[in-house]
Amino acid sequence: MIRIIRDFVQRMFHQFFSQKKIVKLGLYGPPNGGKSTLANRITKDWLGEKMSAVSHIPHETREVHVKEKIVIKHHGKELNFNLIDTPGIATRIDYEDFMKYKMSKKKAKQRAREATKGVIDAIKWLDDMNVVMVILDSSDNPYSQVNITIIGNLVARKIPVLIVANKIDLRKANLKKVESAFPQYDVVGISALKGSNMEELYESLFRVVR
Amino acid sequence: MSLTLQFVPYADIESLDAEERIEKILSIVRGRSVVLMEGRLKPQEEAKLIQTTMSKITKGFRGIELCTIYPEAKNVDLFKKLKRNFTSMVLGDREGITLIGPASVVKAIRKDPDKIQLFSFNLKK
Repeated sequence: MIRIIRDFVQRMFHQFFSQKKIVKLGLYGPPNGGKSTLANRITKDWLGEKMSAVSHIPHETREVHVKEKIVIKHHGKELNFNLIDTPGIATRIDYEDFMKYKMSKKKAKQRAREATKGVIDAIKWLDDMNVVMVILDSSDNPYSQVNITIIGNLVARKIPVLIVANKIDLRKANLKKVESAFPQYDVVGISALKGSNMEELYESLFRVVR
Repeated sequence: MSLTLQFVPYADIESLDAEERIEKILSIVRGRSVVLMEGRLKPQEEAKLIQTTMSKITKGFRGIELCTIYPEAKNVDLFKKLKRNFTSMVLGDREGITLIGPASVVKAIRKDPDKIQLFSFNLKK
């Protein structure tokens, strides 16, 4: 009951004070969760163009990318936002891991250097976000400390969170496991690559942003 | 070569500020030991630990593996919750444990969610 009243008051407050506010929507998560694939899916859906390069090699996104003025229209509602695609957050970066993808030692070292800077920048940008979607690979273990640290930081900063369990098209995907790992948050399962369940994602986004 | 665990009681970090805590943890980890810490860092401290770790990555130090086990407040009545919050406020967040190891020694730490597994690389003599 208290939750319903609180939600109603928040909704009224936001409708009154932030009619045309542009939301800064951040995409956060560990490397290779599909943040850039989702960023591309969203910009393709609403602007008709892609915004980030994607690769199966981790840490493809090593700089923060911003796409401004995206407008989502959904069931008569409108959401104006700037989409911020951030580098994957990791606690370890080893250039030798990149060499397993047939990368030269020089290029691997360069990529590792850029990736470490990317992680630092992604965390710095957290303070600027209004809403964050945490993108997880639903075929991976959701209990990783990186996920917990990101979500803990968003809660500490009072930034609304939507957890996106990506890659539900994979055979090993386990949406239930992601939901049970984060029972107090909105979790939506999608495949950014295939464009599955994007309607539910947009609907959840409106619910979280309010 | 053996795997060394270094226990850090909460009393050792209680009076330190965030940067000092992170420096202390990283100095142990960079000495190739695994830190077993009583309590946990605040989320902002964990984020700062990751940033500081990234800024210190070299050929010899390739990062950390990090894991916190924290008792979830499942099926806990309101009185116990209040008691726990009050204790944390007065004495600090000393519940749970934190494991932090160097990435060159610890391959992965897996939490699932009631057990924790630490996988190390083959430690040769």
